[in-house]
Amino acid sequence: MSMPAASFEPQSTSAPENAAQPAAALPLPVADAPAPSKLAERVRSVAATVLPPTITLVAILMLWQLAYGGPTSGVPSPLRVWSEASEFILKPFFWNGDQDFGLGWAALTSLKRVAVGYSMAAVLGILVGSIVGQSVWASRGLDPIFQVLRTVPPLAWLPLSLAALRDSDTSAIFVIFITSIWPILINTAVGVRNIPQDYRNVAQVLRLNSFEFFWKITMPAAAPYIFTGLRIGIGLSWLSIVAAEIVAGGSGIGIFMWNAYNSSHLSEIVVAIAYIGLIGFALDRMIGFVGDIVSRGAAAN
Amino acid sequence: MENVTKLPVQPIAPSAAPEVKSSEAYLRMDHISKSFTRAGKTSQVLKDVNLTINKGEFVAIIGHSGCGKSTLLNLIAGLTQVTTGAVLLENREVNAPGPERAVVFQNHSLLPWLTVYDNVSLAVNKVFSAKKSRAERHDWVMHNLDLVQMTHAKDKRPSEVSGGMKQRVGIARALSMEPKILLLDEPFGALDALTRAHLQDSMMEIHQRLGNTMLMITHDVDEAVLLSDRIVMMTNGPSAMIGEVLDVPLGRPRKRIEMASNPIYLKCRESVLKFLYERHGFVEAA
Repeated sequence: MSMPAASFEPQSTSAPENAAQPAAALPLPVADAPAPSKLAERVRSVAATVLPPTITLVAILMLWQLAYGGPTSGVPSPLRVWSEASEFILKPFFWNGDQDFGLGWAALTSLKRVAVGYSMAAVLGILVGSIVGQSVWASRGLDPIFQVLRTVPPLAWLPLSLAALRDSDTSAIFVIFITSIWPILINTAVGVRNIPQDYRNVAQVLRLNSFEFFWKITMPAAAPYIFTGLRIGIGLSWLSIVAAEIVAGGSGIGIFMWNAYNSSHLSEIVVAIAYIGLIGFALDRMIGFVGDIVSRGAAAN
Repeated sequence: MENVTKLPVQPIAPSAAPEVKSSEAYLRMDHISKSFTRAGKTSQVLKDVNLTINKGEFVAIIGHSGCGKSTLLNLIAGLTQVTTGAVLLENREVNAPGPERAVVFQNHSLLPWLTVYDNVSLAVNKVFSAKKSRAERHDWVMHNLDLVQMTHAKDKRPSEVSGGMKQRVGIARALSMEPKILLLDEPFGALDALTRAHLQDSMMEIHQRLGNTMLMITHDVDEAVLLSDRIVMMTNGPSAMIGEVLDVPLGRPRKRIEMASNPIYLKCRESVLKFLYERHGFVEAA
């Protein structure tokens, strides 16, 4: 940065005519060029990621409007959604009493459930997965059972949990837990099984105890696998919450949709779908981001 | 596999034994055999290996690939168990890994998520948690990184330094445990010739400075002759055993270039080569 100035000075004093043309003409654009070109680069890269989806979205909305714009169509068109439910889009957190409140509140209620159920699944899944991955016999005994249980659809757990727990809120949390634990558990087990023998040898020579081995070797070495499981898990738990709430009742974004359906507010359902999609996307990216930070270096060797 | 006929181990009380002098047995391999059983078939890798290593000695074990020399090192390290016989360190039987027999692994085995410093401090913190204060442990990590000239890269991750540097850190980690014997498993095998020469020189210098006991597995004849006081030559497997033990009567410090024309060096080199290629030529099918 200071280099052009330093080299410019002796040139201008010793050879003024010479410096006037190439040196004076050159350093200015050279010194100035990086800043705008970097900015332009930034703008270009942002545009490259933002523009295509924006254009696609606008095109889809237009097609949708054309297809369902008629006054008798069963599905609300984008313009009708805007005119009927713009309050829900613009003000996520309004509160006009227990029966009329913003989608943000409903989503928060659902997210709270997901947070509880998913956290339990994460802790237990990683712990049990580490044990299953570590021990051949635990793996042989438990893996077939896990493989069967993980294919059970989330809602199939609901009748049993409603009957056993007798509470819609707890049942919904249980459904989230039982849905998201399998990918976390199975991925952790695979990750632990794949810890290179070299690291185990190092741990053995150092005489790390099982607690130290878990924190210093297992966790970092299996982190990429664990976070793959966590990412699948958060997706599944968000997938199941809406269905669980609709069936089990109570509160949350699923109930919001169900109430909107019962009172024929189709536009509100459309908005709720967009909310669910965006929140799910954000959750997925959040776990992915944390995973990238935590497992940085673990893959590279 | 469990028909172990362990040899009686003389229960010499360590305190009663006098201070181990350089001429006394320090590490002893007593009639070691090792067999692996897989799918009902038992194959013997090592047969009746007897070897004694003295304190401060640098011993190289050389042999063709597949002769079980790495298995032998793993047995001494305790990473695998002997089938019969015993490994004794200072007259005590060893059968589990431990930091007093630190290993420098062939592929460095650094933990990729830790920095160079943290890789060494993991070992230091574990081994010296009770004996040294936090500041002393830090100094000890830095001292060992300095021994292998790696202080400049202490905050880098293993993926950010070269192969030779990784192996230097591996050596620093092993040295930092203050092992009674340092076990080196083909430590320079994966490195290019120039880097290897650098590291061999470093190794000789460290051995000179610290006077520790070292056992190195190698398949490089020059490396064996240059570095060691004795060369143990293994016959080909299966059922490999010690074929011959050669003393290398060269003074220290040894200079690589002077050695190139030293008659004793050349004589030693010749006898190792003769053993490896004339009498125990590598059989491809083995």
